[in-house]
Amino acid sequence: MGTSTAAGSLTDRNLQRLRRLLRAKDRMDAAPHEDWPVSRLAQVSGTSEAYFARSFRDAFGIPPHRYLLTRRVERAATLLRDTNLPVIEIALQTGWKSLGTFGRTFRDVTGHSPSELRRRSRAAQGGLERVPPCFVAAAQRPHLKMAVSEKRHHDNGNITTA
Amino acid sequence: MTQGVQVVGVYVHDQDEALHFYVDKLGFRVHTDVRNGDYRWLTVQHPDQPDFQLGLFRPQPPQIDDDTARALMEAVAKGAMPPLVLVVDDCEAAYEAMDARGVEFTQSPVARYGSVDASFRDPSGNGWKLVQAR
Repeated sequence: MGTSTAAGSLTDRNLQRLRRLLRAKDRMDAAPHEDWPVSRLAQVSGTSEAYFARSFRDAFGIPPHRYLLTRRVERAATLLRDTNLPVIEIALQTGWKSLGTFGRTFRDVTGHSPSELRRRSRAAQGGLERVPPCFVAAAQRPHLKMAVSEKRHHDNGNITTA
Repeated sequence: MTQGVQVVGVYVHDQDEALHFYVDKLGFRVHTDVRNGDYRWLTVQHPDQPDFQLGLFRPQPPQIDDDTARALMEAVAKGAMPPLVLVVDDCEAAYEAMDARGVEFTQSPVARYGSVDASFRDPSGNGWKLVQAR
């Protein structure tokens, strides 16, 4: 490799750390409907629990639980668009325990109720069949730059500080 | 073919490791492997695609400064590089064979949208979609 210097091995260790954190992200991507407590994610990436959440956020710009939420919402939105499954079934398949929590969170994140989103996305199709479907879904994944509760307050006009 | 795309490269953290992965685990062949000091031009080829080379390049000085090279390798390790798609005749069979050779799959084969797809990563973090030809 030619990078046997101290700085080189530090870089290598950092890259290996990021690569392991990516593994935790990949595992959530593969099974977003499953429960992903920090203990499980930390184990996947070979870090301590105390260290995991912070290093994940530093690496990917979003806390792990919020990332998981974006994947669940993305998956639910895809199922709403592409299937005729009842909303309750989609909620259960994408990791929610109740229809109420699903509907509320989904609306907070996307701005639409699940059934509204189903109607809208079906009306707005076209041209994307040439793009591999997973990349289309990823592009339509919600941005969650703030916590859902914070977003709800913000959208309601309750934010007083800039 | 006389005109068209000939080489597209991915950034890798370690070219020896990448060579082992793409050749021994994915079944690519080495097309060119030449060195000049620290620099190494390394390309591999899918056996069915003699007109196309996949470059396995390491971002490094003097072409790229140290900080930028580090940032690029971090981006790869974080899975932030562009999509790569490998088309196969039989996704399930390719998955079985590659999995047995120790390829890190991030998604097992799923039948959907009239095809079957799976996902894997190379050791550096480049993400590939394995898609069954329709």
